[in-house]
Amino acid sequence: MWEYSDKVREHFFQPRNSGPLEDANGIGDVGSIQCGDALRLMLKVEPETDIILDAHFQTFGCGSAIASSSALTEMVKGKTLDEALKISNQDIADFLDGLPPEKMHCSVMGREALQAAIANYRGEVWSDDHEEGALICKCFAIDAVMIEDVVTANNLNTVEEVTFYTKAGGGCASCHEGIEEILAKVKASRPGMGETSPPAACPATPEAPKPPAKKLSIVEKIKKIEEVLESVRPMLQRDHGDVELADVQGKKIYVHLKGACSGCMMEAATLGGIQQKMIEALGELVQVLPSSHMPVEA
Amino acid sequence: MEPIYLDNNATTRCDPAVVEAMLPFFTEHFGNASSIHAFGSEVGKALKKARGQVQALLGAEHDSEIIFTSCGTESDSTAILSALKAQPERNTVITTVVEHPAILTLCDWLEKEGYIVHKLKVDKKGRIDIDEYKSLLNDRVAIVSVMWANNETGTIFPVEQMAELASAKGIMFHTDAVQAVGKIPIDLKNTKIDMLSLSGHKLHAPKGIGVLYLRRGCRFRPLLRGGHQERGRRAGTENSASIVGLGVACELAMQHMAEENTTVKALRDRLEKGLLSQITHCFPTGDVSNRLPNTCNIAFEYIEGEAILLLLNKMGIAGSSGSACTSGSLEPSHVMRAMGIPYTAAHGTIRFSLSRYNTEAEVDRVIEAVPPIIAQLRKLSPYWTDKGPAASPEAAFAPTYA
Repeated sequence: MWEYSDKVREHFFQPRNSGPLEDANGIGDVGSIQCGDALRLMLKVEPETDIILDAHFQTFGCGSAIASSSALTEMVKGKTLDEALKISNQDIADFLDGLPPEKMHCSVMGREALQAAIANYRGEVWSDDHEEGALICKCFAIDAVMIEDVVTANNLNTVEEVTFYTKAGGGCASCHEGIEEILAKVKASRPGMGETSPPAACPATPEAPKPPAKKLSIVEKIKKIEEVLESVRPMLQRDHGDVELADVQGKKIYVHLKGACSGCMMEAATLGGIQQKMIEALGELVQVLPSSHMPVEA
Repeated sequence: MEPIYLDNNATTRCDPAVVEAMLPFFTEHFGNASSIHAFGSEVGKALKKARGQVQALLGAEHDSEIIFTSCGTESDSTAILSALKAQPERNTVITTVVEHPAILTLCDWLEKEGYIVHKLKVDKKGRIDIDEYKSLLNDRVAIVSVMWANNETGTIFPVEQMAELASAKGIMFHTDAVQAVGKIPIDLKNTKIDMLSLSGHKLHAPKGIGVLYLRRGCRFRPLLRGGHQERGRRAGTENSASIVGLGVACELAMQHMAEENTTVKALRDRLEKGLLSQITHCFPTGDVSNRLPNTCNIAFEYIEGEAILLLLNKMGIAGSSGSACTSGSLEPSHVMRAMGIPYTAAHGTIRFSLSRYNTEAEVDRVIEAVPPIIAQLRKLSPYWTDKGPAASPEAAFAPTYA
């Protein structure tokens, strides 16, 4: 079955803070349709300080749902509401030393319960802003709804483009049939996209890169390169990775991939994405390579 | 503490006699049955014997009606694709909503390819409506494929009657009998069943061996073409060791058929009664009066199956669940949903499937272990209070679903 971490097992077998919380003043009830799991998070908040004094949970769900709930109650205790709201689902998963990709939605459910409970305390109504679909890419936990949305929004036509935008399909590649089916479905529903549809000519970047009027100086070029890297760093950091410029040699730009990015099976896709941005920014063809490919000095 | 294995509908332990019979075929009898020399002919004789043993268990008229395949899924795919290929003027498949994915996923794909698939619905007990079935039989139907017994609930389908009805209209009939073979008596020569799938590892033979029974005279198109093995109906060098093992397993199944329907059945009933009498808000699923003797599927309301399995596993007890979480799919078991079992119960279904290796002592240990596990998980459940289920549970807890 699943490979649960020891921490997940421990929080499942000995859940912390389970059962009703009598004097709770913030309650969040949420469920994940993905699994049929559901969670009630109860918070006791000190009104003067907004500090969460106590947190309990009740969960109808699988091992990782119960473990995620238990972890969440431990994580929020002692935090102010604003601090608690900074907890991401990745934080919950990290607290448990990771969750299987099929089970990441349990941590999402935890985060949603927290938002719902805090909204309830503040007298607001929480509404969910995303929909989960069937899991397509198991390597990166990307579901059908997300792929369909991205395909529609960016007018994507190929599996490669889907991988570039969502990471889905960039791992073991066994979900490519599923991605192709979504592409076909979206294509069929596109208005006016019948037999006359033009060949897939990279509609994702409608404006062709405009070459700069004059050749960039090396300083200008490196500045632009740094700007591009800065723009992608937040995305990589979200996945616990990072990137840094190593060297520029002619048309070859060498970068250090750090953290989770180093050795990631998506390395090629990540570099490909950066390269595309570099070409657009610099207005010339360049190649982005990992620093490990740098020629060794004689 | 010795582990207790109650997941025999998933797979079974190889019988020691099966393993013993197989071993020489990895070493001294390694020959290819197709070869002319002595190495090959020894194997050829062994395959013939095994074919006869399978024939006997199925009650087939001829041993040439037995085609060895790699698994139940291959047999299922071969049967349905063959029927469509051999009868291009027919474009319809009739099956049920509670089939195994080996059939359902194939049928979903066939629909995408332009074929018409009718899936018979089932009632609350998992039974089909024979009148609905009759109304669908027409000369566009290439094949009917209905499981002999359901893998989750053990519910037995009237496949012999359904095959008669299909035959009267000139329609081929296939049954996925991987759960039924070895557990209930089968006598194919006295039925109108044209094709039947079985899987070795469900009856104490190894994994990786299956059979497609193909009635003599039934039009056929192979799935795999190549060598002349299996009379050209399934190319590929024979998995001789496993075929020999399956033969022995079939013979043993014949010998134990009565035991299966008395001793094993009594153990199953003891387990079910023991659990139902101690635990509130749970019920057996499927057609309890007409099911496999080894299978018991209980829905424990307001809790989730994977959590139950993890706690059972900690006690050394192996079962399985129809919860969505254990399959990684969106929905709880399609079988439970098809029977209209509510989500709060479908997610908490646990299947215990026994074999002739189980003992009364084991069953008693399970009866003792389960109630505290259920109580422990219900204490965590938002649908449950310390006095039992929340008054109108759906109202007491109505989460926002994402």
